[in-house]
Amino acid sequence: MRSLIRTHATEFSLLAVIVVISTVLSFATANFFSLGNAFDLLNISAVNIIFAVGLLVVLIAGGIDISFAVAASVVQYCTAIVLGWIGGGGWVSGLLIAGALGVLLGCLNAFLIHRFRIISIVATISTFNIYFGLLMFFTRGVSIYDLPDWLTDRVILFEHEMPDGTWIEITLPVLVMIICVVATWTLITRTTVGRQLYAFGDNPEGARRFGINIGAMQFIAFGWLGLMAGIGGLIQAHYAQEVVPNALYGRELDVLAAVVLGGARLGGGKGSVLGCVLGVLLISITQNGLNLMGVSPFAFKMIVGAIILLAITLSNTRVERLLSFVGQKGAGR
Amino acid sequence: MHQATSATVSEKPLLSLRNINMTFGGVKALKNVSFEVSPGEVHCLAGENGCGKSTLIKVITGVYRPADGAVIEYDGETYSHMSPVTAQDRGIQVIWQDLALFPEMSVAENIAFSEIVGRRPRLVDYGRMRRIAIEALARLGITLDVDLPLKEYAIAQRQIVAIARALIGEAKIVFMDEPTASLTQSETDHLLDIVRNLSASGVAVVFVSHRLAEVLEISSRITVLRDGALVGVYPAAGMTQSRITELMTGKTFDQHVRARPNDDQPVVLEVRGLTRPGQFEDISLTVRRGETIGITGLLGAGRTELALALFGMLRPASGRISIEGKEVRFTSNRDAIKAGVAYLSEDRLSLGLVQPQSIADNLVIASLRKILSGGLLSDDRKRGLVSRWIADLGVRIGRQADAISTLSGGNQQRVAIAKWLATDPKILILDCPTVGVDVGARAGIFDIVAKLAETGLAIILISDEVPEVYFNADRVLHMAQGRIVGSYDPRQTRLEDVEAAVYA
Repeated sequence: MRSLIRTHATEFSLLAVIVVISTVLSFATANFFSLGNAFDLLNISAVNIIFAVGLLVVLIAGGIDISFAVAASVVQYCTAIVLGWIGGGGWVSGLLIAGALGVLLGCLNAFLIHRFRIISIVATISTFNIYFGLLMFFTRGVSIYDLPDWLTDRVILFEHEMPDGTWIEITLPVLVMIICVVATWTLITRTTVGRQLYAFGDNPEGARRFGINIGAMQFIAFGWLGLMAGIGGLIQAHYAQEVVPNALYGRELDVLAAVVLGGARLGGGKGSVLGCVLGVLLISITQNGLNLMGVSPFAFKMIVGAIILLAITLSNTRVERLLSFVGQKGAGR
Repeated sequence: MHQATSATVSEKPLLSLRNINMTFGGVKALKNVSFEVSPGEVHCLAGENGCGKSTLIKVITGVYRPADGAVIEYDGETYSHMSPVTAQDRGIQVIWQDLALFPEMSVAENIAFSEIVGRRPRLVDYGRMRRIAIEALARLGITLDVDLPLKEYAIAQRQIVAIARALIGEAKIVFMDEPTASLTQSETDHLLDIVRNLSASGVAVVFVSHRLAEVLEISSRITVLRDGALVGVYPAAGMTQSRITELMTGKTFDQHVRARPNDDQPVVLEVRGLTRPGQFEDISLTVRRGETIGITGLLGAGRTELALALFGMLRPASGRISIEGKEVRFTSNRDAIKAGVAYLSEDRLSLGLVQPQSIADNLVIASLRKILSGGLLSDDRKRGLVSRWIADLGVRIGRQADAISTLSGGNQQRVAIAKWLATDPKILILDCPTVGVDVGARAGIFDIVAKLAETGLAIILISDEVPEVYFNADRVLHMAQGRIVGSYDPRQTRLEDVEAAVYA
């Protein structure tokens, strides 16, 4: 148990912060503490969590990606167009097309980074601008509202009315999110490829000496994020029931902040799926709580920024020190 | 000269290389080298930086392919070249100097890393990895928590993890590149015990080290390389450190005690009762004009902490520092530089010099004010200042604008010293100035130190190699657990006695 706390200090401290904030919000607002609201939170956070676990893989491999959110917008648009060509399609074809397009855009980043040795932040800032520029140029900023019915209809997989009158709903985005989370967790913790990604991000030169295929690592990491961006993009279109070219613009920094908050390290080799999910949830909970408290949305960004700073400071210093103290006590037993 | 003095080999060699030639861009890195290791032998590969040691290891492990005509005989088979996969599969293992470990990953994963790489992608068997790791550590007689991330362990334990990793699979020969470079004396002793055990269990160990004392202690034979060519193979028995140095450099060094009397000179630095709990306690010392004080002791004895306090980077809890009779209180190293203290850091590569920048820019970085002209940096003044110091210290450079990283360790160290001399210090603190500097170039550094002392500079020379301070300082202070526990005059004490006291 002691070593579990030591190796998962970030996750434990995030959980603690979430518990504290939730407790405060339960007293401060009438509606926060209900299962209905909890499931609402999951529905709202689904797309960001899908993006976040994708970005996590890139961060673990020692890279960074600024372009995935606008890439998701590009995927939304192209998928809508391709679905039009094939005459409507369905969830399966939609996810396949969106996923494939996403992988393609992700691999373009990997190609630039690996083939031309461009550092990932520069390469992806470039593709961020290229993707967004092309999108705005060709669409002239016009949104698509004419989407297939299957894409815009809400899919509720499970619903149940609680005694307090609120509804528990598990919607399709939540299911897809859970699949993405489990798949990413399996990839990075249970497969040899995933452990190679960690090793590569932790010590690239060491990984090279062991014969790990460096190029493959870049393509797998950015390809996986592309896949998640594609899927997340389609789910976002489903959730918003429209495709707006600049809807996801700026989302990359929110997700990046959440992933880093969840313990992933810029520089590679560190990060967990659980931390990543908790990071996104912490930010969602804060926003949701502020909303319920009637705080002006203009104050959101400011408060969320402050919470990120606070949580990162906590998980970096105090808690680790506190835990080493706990560790000593444990050793004396 | 090239005739090898062959030591007695009782068995058929495990590894035997002949006619190894290696050329990089027109430069011959290895010239007709041969090399032999017997089963279970501890063999030392000695030579200065750039003599071809690493290149030879990379040929043996298949990283480099030698020129045609090479013969590599290993464990009953003959190869014209190796491949990394063959080398690993056949039990040739290397522990690189930088260890190539993964600090964020668990100890188990680091040791059983081969379970993760190679072969087709598949699920990770953590249970198997743990078993492999525990077994490998048990073979070394070590217990570590294999589930903790490696970063939780200190460098000595990481070294052990690297060795454990080399031993999984059927290792027949293990190459260790500078394994003791960052270990303390007791950790080194422990490592040498492990090496002896390996050797006894039939695993051959090829040991590369700059520390000649341990080379003589551990190995049975020594192969010496110089400028890419074989100098010879010698039995370790009957060998001395100075003889190996001669063979490695091709020069003879007569080491003599340089200590001179300075009692008539005025005191430049006086320290009384300086204390910083847990790091150093009750330190008192005086350094006179033109005097060199040597401070030695094991790693972690508080030497560097004391130096940092004298340089204003650590604040002492109590005690006094006076420079030329005036008490000083440093709040930062800027105050110390202003008061005339210069500190040459222990870690030249990462702290002392800005590697990608030019020689000139590195040299003037601590004395920018001197090259101002009308408030702006003047290139003319910079060139003048740099030329003067380059000439004074005999630094061999191409152009002033070349990156500092293009220089050898010895020349880099001269630039680092020049950087501090350009600030016109009264007191120069040299913290392990020969780390990473070749044996041959070390003498040059100490010649400079002696010359500086003659000009009246007060010098504090810190080193964990007792002979360095013994031969080059006027007085040797021995630090242990944060205290000065001994003071020796090299003119009246034998080197062996000082060494015995320090390494006890």
